[in-house]
Amino acid sequence: MSVYPYVVAGVLFLAGLYGVVTSRSYLHLGLCLTITQSSTYVALVSVGYLSNGQAPITQGRTPGKPFVDPIVQAMTLTDIVVSVAVLALVLSLALLAQRTHGTEDPDRMREVRG
Amino acid sequence: MTHVQRRLAFFVPAAALLAVVLGCGLTRLPSFGLPHSEYARYITEHAPAQRHVSNIVSSVVFDYRGWDTAGEELMMFAAVMGTALLLRSGRDEERRRPTDVMTSDAVRIAGAGAVALTLLVGLWTIAFGYLTPGGGFQGGVVAAAAALLTWVADSYRRHRAVTPATLVDAAEGLGAVGFLAIGLLGLVVAGSYLQNVLPLGIPGTLTSTGTIALLNAATGLEIAAACVLIFAEFLEEYVVTVPGPTPEDP
Repeated sequence: MSVYPYVVAGVLFLAGLYGVVTSRSYLHLGLCLTITQSSTYVALVSVGYLSNGQAPITQGRTPGKPFVDPIVQAMTLTDIVVSVAVLALVLSLALLAQRTHGTEDPDRMREVRG
Repeated sequence: MTHVQRRLAFFVPAAALLAVVLGCGLTRLPSFGLPHSEYARYITEHAPAQRHVSNIVSSVVFDYRGWDTAGEELMMFAAVMGTALLLRSGRDEERRRPTDVMTSDAVRIAGAGAVALTLLVGLWTIAFGYLTPGGGFQGGVVAAAAALLTWVADSYRRHRAVTPATLVDAAEGLGAVGFLAIGLLGLVVAGSYLQNVLPLGIPGTLTSTGTIALLNAATGLEIAAACVLIFAEFLEEYVVTVPGPTPEDP
């Protein structure tokens, strides 16, 4: 019985959220959002882990050892790639904010222009 | 009270509550390292026989949970299109940007080797995705890194010459549409979306696994093109193209 990996996931999640809340720059906000998202990878991969298990690949497998959960691994791998694209979208918004308002600090962008 | 302090005053109690809920939820998950769900057991037992794959993760991504992956593909497509639309519409030509520099001969020659090697590893990772560790998602990113290396090792002009915008845009769309079309083929021929309709072939060969191989290739194309597109849009912000790149050394 070990909950340690789940504690790591929880701490990462809250640390990322703290960063998002206190953020003074959209650039920083995007990175903190990515940290929040990484906590889900830790949680997913921990759920699928098996003591004395092996990678779910049948070529060259060691007989008698069980496979770790392939479903959560599949979720994690697609999620990592998509998080990169989402980060790119956030960064392009930061660039636009810098260009139109001269700042990427959300608090200093008071006026909204249509 | 500053904005950040006000936000923290709201966040700290909310986060404490969230920490309790998260703690309750996470500590009640299956114990770390113990045998897991019936679903995982079913798939690891039956995937090699049902889908002739040797990388079981690929059969989950492109077959058992192929519908989820179709959603991920569209999410990727939407995020990349959003990035391209935002950056292309508001590009400021007036701003001073660093000029395009041509690197030295030594860097170019070493870079050419690195580009070839990276591209080979990327294509290899995509091609053998359903047999050995890898797949369209991972290999696509590596292949895109090869395209980015042409900028690092040569010049921005060369990078744009090997990745013309029309080709990359078309490849991105083709990858996304290809994935959905292969799924529709299953719907038309076999009666359910993403159902395999092709011969499964001999396990352990590149021609095996039926639709998984095609979906894997379509994903590789889309991810590689999407990453190249993201790089290109941000590089376009950063580097100004001049008619002839200036050599770095006099």
